[in-house]
Amino acid sequence: MKELAIIGIGQTPVGEHWAVGLRDLATEAIWAALDDAGLDGADALFVGNMLSGEMAQQAHLGALIADHAALAGIEAVKVEAACGAAAAALRQAVLAVGSGAAEVAVAVGVEKLTEQPPADTTAALAMAADGDYELPMGLSFVGVGALLMQRYLYEHRVPKEAFARFPIQAHDNAQHNPHAMFRSPITAQQYADAKMIASPINLLDSSPIADGAAAVVVTTAERARRLSDRAVRLLACEVGTDTVALHDRADLLWLKGVERSTKKALARAGKRHEEIDLFELHDAFSVIAALSLESAGFAERGCGLCHAQRGDFGRGGRLPIATMGGLKARGHPVGATGLYQVVEATLQLRGEAPEPLQIPDARVAMAQNIGGSGATVVTTILERMEG
Amino acid sequence: MSLARHWRLRDQRYRLEGTACDDCGTIQFPPRPLCPNCRSRTLSPHPLDGRGQLISYTVLYQAPAGFEAQIPYAVGIVELGEGPRLTAMLTDVDLDALQIGMSLEMTIRKLRSDGDDGVIQYGYKFRPVQFEGA
Repeated sequence: MKELAIIGIGQTPVGEHWAVGLRDLATEAIWAALDDAGLDGADALFVGNMLSGEMAQQAHLGALIADHAALAGIEAVKVEAACGAAAAALRQAVLAVGSGAAEVAVAVGVEKLTEQPPADTTAALAMAADGDYELPMGLSFVGVGALLMQRYLYEHRVPKEAFARFPIQAHDNAQHNPHAMFRSPITAQQYADAKMIASPINLLDSSPIADGAAAVVVTTAERARRLSDRAVRLLACEVGTDTVALHDRADLLWLKGVERSTKKALARAGKRHEEIDLFELHDAFSVIAALSLESAGFAERGCGLCHAQRGDFGRGGRLPIATMGGLKARGHPVGATGLYQVVEATLQLRGEAPEPLQIPDARVAMAQNIGGSGATVVTTILERMEG
Repeated sequence: MSLARHWRLRDQRYRLEGTACDDCGTIQFPPRPLCPNCRSRTLSPHPLDGRGQLISYTVLYQAPAGFEAQIPYAVGIVELGEGPRLTAMLTDVDLDALQIGMSLEMTIRKLRSDGDDGVIQYGYKFRPVQFEGA
């Protein structure tokens, strides 16, 4: 496998884009990334998306978006892995360039979730779970997260209020991110008063549905050195899986997909946990933030919250997380989210994060995108390119 | 859900039929073509007795399409006596009285009646055990 780099990034604001369709959103992100790289095309396009069929009655996104972006003729396919689709598309770009099949590949994640009735969107998102054995029982995707959180409260005997730390911190960061959906802080009192969606998950435990698109340009590290002085090395992009149905897991509170994907990525990158300077994690629900930190090895089992309370995961802590607002406050356009994470990690490593979000001297960043409740996990590790 | 799909799942929906591995004895619900424990391909149908305990639960206040009329309702993960776990709606129980660890038993109920095919779908739900030792 060749050494790889990201030489261009692009993102649209996350929010309700009622005036813009899927193909235009994707095209905006793709060309923002290609312009950033100083390139006028690519050899291959991998489109991450979950629900174009259900939300826009549109399949066949690869060719559609390649054509709309004036890249018609290149290799282009859609990659679907529920909320992990975007990083799964990046994985395909990594394989394409790493193998030598392509010189330059673009991975774009795009999703539009805000223009259908809420019950239809809720039903569509639930398709990340088991269609034979979870959904017919009335379970929603928030419900899946709620089953995890209820068990967490029971097994680890933590007060529910302790979870407030994650959304409060995410909103605090997002207010400085011009692309974020929620740019206002929230308080512990607002968390305590928030409307219940699927107990014990309330509105402020939960990331919002959103529209958005984000893209990166991947090429070889050798070519990147010639083309750009702002490239970052793409050390690893590794996938781990687990059962789709939550009930098929003997231990609800250990995300084996997270553990597998993290270990593979660290091994591929040749890095240790202590060398990671920031972690863009998949805080779709506050409990997933805790479980990700624990299963990835950044906190002991049951201690994600205690470390968070100590400030370990804040901007000045040992491992800042969700530095641009995370899924909770930047927003969660599901099939695009994984590439927002990678774009944000790249900004940090370039030293281009908006003040005061820039992590001083950030050298190595990890981004982790999760499909479903941990069934598909893609962990990406990036490093600042020296010299 | 399509009519054929609901029909295909009838042995699971109505009588909790899983599989038992002929080689290592592992019991699975739902049925599988390969044993996840030893990868044996010789498995036999194995109905489960429908008793178990609650592993986790949630009460939904926002429902997916097709379930809106039932909110608030509870869904839980149940661990059956034979080992397998499943997801089921919880019924005949005060939503405030739900507790992890409580004993539950299977009952057949209407899951929903307004699907794309307009058919009434029946299947398992779980309720607190009615008569100990019954």
